[in-house]
Amino acid sequence: MAFNFSAFSYIIALIVDAFLIFFSLFHVIAFDELKTDYKNPVEQCNSLNPLVLPEYILHIVFNVLFAASGEWLSLFFNLPLIAYHINRYRTRPVMSGYGIYDPTSIMNADQLTRCQREGWIKLAFYLLSFFYYLYGYVIALEREHLEQT
Amino acid sequence: MSEPNGVAMPQTTPQYQFNGISSNNTSRGSSPLPQASHIPSSQLPPLKSGIPPSQLPPTRSSVSGLVRNVSQLSVSSQNTPNVSPSKFSTSTPNEEKLRMSELSDNASSLVPNPDVVPVRQYVSSDALNKNIALPKASNINSLPSNTISDTPRAVPSSQLNMSTPSRYFNENGSNFTNVINGSLQSNFRTETPQNFIPMQNSQVEKKSGEHGQNHSGKQTNPTLNYPQQISTFSQSNTNTNSFSRNTPPTANSQLVSTNQLQSCSVAQSNIISNSQNPSPYTFSGVSTLNQTNQTHPSQFNLSQSSTLSSQNTNSKPPVQVPQNTISKPSKPRYPQTLPSNLMQPQIPGGGIPPSSQYNASLHNPNLLSQSQAESSQSYLNPQVSFNNNSMPPNQSFYKPQVGLNGPASLPSSLPTKPGISANRYPAQAQVPLQNPPGQYPQQQQYPQQQQQQLHYPQQQHMQYPQQQQKAQYPQQQQQLQYPQQQKQMQYPQQQHSQTGPVVQSGFNRLWGTDSHDLLQLPNILPTTKVQPPQINLGQDALNKANCSPEVFRCTMTKIPETAALLQKARLPLGMLIHPFKDLNYLPVIQCNVIVRCRACRTYINPFVSFVDSKRWKCNLCYRINELPEEFQYDPVSKTYGDPSRRPEIRSSTIEYIAPAEYMLRPPQPAVYLFLIDVSRLAIESGYLEILCNILLEELKNIPGDARTQIGFLAYDSALHFFSLAEGLNQPHEMTVLDIEDVFLPTPDNLLVNLKDRLELVEDLLKLLPVRFGNTFDGSSALGAALQVAHKMMGPTGGRVTVFQAALPNIGPGAVTSREDPNQRSSAEVAHLNPANDFYKKLALDCSAQQVAVDLFIVNSQYVDIATISGISRFSGGCINHFPLFKSSRPLLVDGFQKCLRRYLTRKIGFEAVMRVRCTRGLSIHTFHGNFFVRSTDLLSLPNVSPDAAFGMQVSIEENLSDCQTVCFQAALLYTSSKGERRIRVHTLCIPVASTLNDIIHSADQQCVVGLLAKMAVDRSMQSSLSDAREALINAAIDCLSAYKFSLNMGSGSSGLLVPECLKLLSLYISAILKHAAFRIGSSTRLDDRVKAMIDLKTKPLPLLLQSIYPDMYPIHNLENQEVIINEEEEPVPLPPRLQLTARCLENKGAFLLDCGDQILILVGPNVSKEFLNEALGVPDYASITDSFCEIPLLDNPSNARLHNFINYLNDEKSYPAPLHVIRDNSPNRIVFLEKLVEDRLENSLSYHEFLQHLKTQVK
Repeated sequence: MAFNFSAFSYIIALIVDAFLIFFSLFHVIAFDELKTDYKNPVEQCNSLNPLVLPEYILHIVFNVLFAASGEWLSLFFNLPLIAYHINRYRTRPVMSGYGIYDPTSIMNADQLTRCQREGWIKLAFYLLSFFYYLYGYVIALEREHLEQT
Repeated sequence: MSEPNGVAMPQTTPQYQFNGISSNNTSRGSSPLPQASHIPSSQLPPLKSGIPPSQLPPTRSSVSGLVRNVSQLSVSSQNTPNVSPSKFSTSTPNEEKLRMSELSDNASSLVPNPDVVPVRQYVSSDALNKNIALPKASNINSLPSNTISDTPRAVPSSQLNMSTPSRYFNENGSNFTNVINGSLQSNFRTETPQNFIPMQNSQVEKKSGEHGQNHSGKQTNPTLNYPQQISTFSQSNTNTNSFSRNTPPTANSQLVSTNQLQSCSVAQSNIISNSQNPSPYTFSGVSTLNQTNQTHPSQFNLSQSSTLSSQNTNSKPPVQVPQNTISKPSKPRYPQTLPSNLMQPQIPGGGIPPSSQYNASLHNPNLLSQSQAESSQSYLNPQVSFNNNSMPPNQSFYKPQVGLNGPASLPSSLPTKPGISANRYPAQAQVPLQNPPGQYPQQQQYPQQQQQQLHYPQQQHMQYPQQQQKAQYPQQQQQLQYPQQQKQMQYPQQQHSQTGPVVQSGFNRLWGTDSHDLLQLPNILPTTKVQPPQINLGQDALNKANCSPEVFRCTMTKIPETAALLQKARLPLGMLIHPFKDLNYLPVIQCNVIVRCRACRTYINPFVSFVDSKRWKCNLCYRINELPEEFQYDPVSKTYGDPSRRPEIRSSTIEYIAPAEYMLRPPQPAVYLFLIDVSRLAIESGYLEILCNILLEELKNIPGDARTQIGFLAYDSALHFFSLAEGLNQPHEMTVLDIEDVFLPTPDNLLVNLKDRLELVEDLLKLLPVRFGNTFDGSSALGAALQVAHKMMGPTGGRVTVFQAALPNIGPGAVTSREDPNQRSSAEVAHLNPANDFYKKLALDCSAQQVAVDLFIVNSQYVDIATISGISRFSGGCINHFPLFKSSRPLLVDGFQKCLRRYLTRKIGFEAVMRVRCTRGLSIHTFHGNFFVRSTDLLSLPNVSPDAAFGMQVSIEENLSDCQTVCFQAALLYTSSKGERRIRVHTLCIPVASTLNDIIHSADQQCVVGLLAKMAVDRSMQSSLSDAREALINAAIDCLSAYKFSLNMGSGSSGLLVPECLKLLSLYISAILKHAAFRIGSSTRLDDRVKAMIDLKTKPLPLLLQSIYPDMYPIHNLENQEVIINEEEEPVPLPPRLQLTARCLENKGAFLLDCGDQILILVGPNVSKEFLNEALGVPDYASITDSFCEIPLLDNPSNARLHNFINYLNDEKSYPAPLHVIRDNSPNRIVFLEKLVEDRLENSLSYHEFLQHLKTQVK
């Protein structure tokens, strides 16, 4: 069966996106726990911060694949989120480790609601894009098939 | 920390669960609280208005008793009334506005009595506001259609009215007496007996014009009815006002006469009013008419009261039947009002405003009456009924009025108004505003109103009526409006809201002349301390039980019902708390079971309600809880039975001695560790010797018990430990050179028991300055020292005190100098944020181990406070800063010594947590202060000190319309220095308000400024300094705009109107822009700026305000000043506070500036020789040296006066402020002059220029 680079990037995106969905789920749950006082903000930040960069990097990786395979539509679809991620990390509080969450300001109601909303929006975005990638994968295969025949 | 928290307040979530149980109304109705709630917020406001009690009393005195009775009655029977009003009010903003306009009109008519007006006006304004709020609802119903702006609300009015009337009718209908009672109650509720007094002419006129037509069928003269109601209200208000303060008996009598005339007219009133109504028609613009119409029916029932309205219709004045004593001779009013209006207009801002205020107060009554009538016809009706049936009651209540009423009050009475007006003014004047001058002229018009006022004066809430009146007035005539405007100034919000729709551009313009036009008030500062506004819960017992504003203070004395309303008011909602303040009286309770709500863990407090003697209902989550048997026992009287006698129920600030379940570990001992910087800079500054001397003196006074431990650690580029082991002859020093990976050289004897090793400790303190006297090590390893301190203290927790003199430039946490001295005055300030997160992370570690770190910074160079302060900010510590410290500068040394002594000996709480709970529907949004936020409502405070204050922003997440009050409870769980676990609980209860006027008029300007300052600091850290400055200016603009909006004024109006309660806001904001934290243009060291910002976040409000806007007093003529007696029974001269401008300085004077943390005295070159010799103890002017920082104690009266005065100022501080006497020709005078923040400084605007800027921005 034919398997071109586009299809490859889509199947990778599909797999990675599944991970991202879990990331954002974890994110949402973590902030919900914070809001309901189940967790100490210091511990919560310690568990959240290590996951921030991996998420950003994974997201960028399959977009690089999209760029390489010429899937411009998919790339543009993701560009706003990439820009948001870069900006978010650029404006993070002063900290020595990785991550963007600061336990001293995370309990601020503004921050908390913002982070929670961000988690939900990302979850929705990743879910939608999951199906989009699936669709893109099929289309890519179909196109390949048509070219062959 | 976490452990204690868990223990203290394990379950916060439960509250929400119970939230579901929102059976507020019913439950509350049964409970006492509901009663408190009964009093409509609108009613309450009058008190809040800040009207000095003295001002109000006159009216109250007569009325008060009635009021109380009423309130009680109302409580018993009338939870619903309150509720209904609020609902109505919400529903019918338009009406409110209309009413407002009417009130304003009325007010204007009343205006004539300038004298009385000022104070009373304020009161009345509050009352009006309150009244208005209530009335509004009703008014809304009636007027909706009429109300121009708020028509939407108003439109439904008929229905609304119906509903409200029905209630009223029900109440009223049953028995006249009942009705009367109801009316009384309603009045009381509103606090505006005045309300009853028919709204005066203006309202009547307006309403009559509009509604009269509509409802004419029902009521012969709807307008009349309305007027009556309005007038009644207004009169009541005005009367109350006038009575309360201004109205001398004679004046009252006069007023009464007029009122009587009016009332007579009113009595017949309705009819008369109708006749009068024509005039109202002319005024038609006022929406009040509609309201009046609706209300009229009820009023008609009340018939007599309606006469008041007739008064409004001055044209018919005479007619009126005196019988209706209640109804004030409204007939004259029109004429009166017109004159008054004319008068007012004539009187410019000053004179007129008062009159307008008076009018407003009068009007307000009207408005109130209208609003009440509208919103609660029942109220009006009751009033009316009182009037009619109970003319006697009215008389009794308002004897003066009755008297007035009795005499046939004819329009002619109006001419006589002066006296009457005076009376009115008194009532009105009692209202906070006071624009005496203009008012008298208007008096003629006012007389009627005044009469009404007189009647109502007793009723407290002239204010509401005033609003209505204002609305009416505008309708009546612009002239009237002017007076009203003045009054409006006081009550502007109320009036505006009601009048908003009604008010027309012409009106607006007229109103523009408000006496509280900032641009026309050069001397805005009161000569005495600004008192915090009172929270009025409607019950004396509850008001007394409420938390002291010194401890717990909200930016508003009424909480907006919805977030949308808060948004409209554009005021920050938040609390400032000083939880561990040193208190003179604090009930301490030790019991087996601390009674708390099982759901939300709220401590029982004075604002809970008892379902029966065995159960109580939580006022935060509304869960019903069991009372333990023990709680039936009253420890004071040693009797059983009545739980309400318990101290927990009698005082909202209380301390419990916590049983074992509040401890996760045995209470820790007091442990103190001192980290001493001994680098070269530190030694050069010479602080070490001073420190050691003070420590030696105060060692025995350090709080603690037999377990108290103490330790010392010196550091430069190495760490110097001191082992104080038993058996040593002298301290044993161990130096650790490895600062990258710190360790403890010995496990024991670094922290030792203070009692056991006192001698060794003293030896060490004597040795330290010598030991390090010749250090030339330029490095300072603060980070390593803190790490090792954390290791030493970790197992126990405690307090680490750091004395830092140099930039920590070595080892972990090293920072480099970031400040560019050339950028000190630039507009954009960089480096406000920490350079690294080492100190913050370490602080969190410390916090988890119950270790707090306090900083004493005695730097002569940049030490990057922005970075190193993190160690204190997040561990609950405090930061003290002594810039450019040198032991050779006596002024600085004096300040350092006093601060250090206070620090060492003050009370301290260890391993503390503070949880702040609030009523369901509210949530804490952001905390300000030094702490670590452990969860949404829990602050971790390893140490808590009596000088630490906190702020929090509150957001409204759910509609509060089914609550009459909301509560905030702060519980501080701590371990005392004696090893006792204690809980200090503060509970603050605040009523809920539903109208914009109420909200704006309930603002606490000082608290608003305190919170804004904290928010601005956050903004400057997160964004930039210029953003923060802009936000502050926008806050001022928003407030003014919101107020203007609430006045419903067009864009064409001139001037910068502010309500009484916010008149200093612009001044404070212009001052804060010149505060070291936010100023630009003048050279400010980065460290000083950051420290100033930290102070803004952590200082208690009084000190905060003094640092923003210091108090300046003239002290060269203390012998001529007012004298008060202090606690030691010594006479203390109390000079008036001066504005901070060079205008107030004189060559021949000496001036004292109290900045909170220091006191400056500027001596003018031509000050009298006697003052120099006797008071200051110097031979001549030239011998005042630059280091004159202590006034000698001499044996002469002027010296004693000065000392008494300075001691009096110091009494309010936690420690005596260092004093600095400055000659006018000394270079140090700049220190004094830069505090004159109203003047133009370098690049910053003067206060007047700032106002001009605001004016261009306010839309």
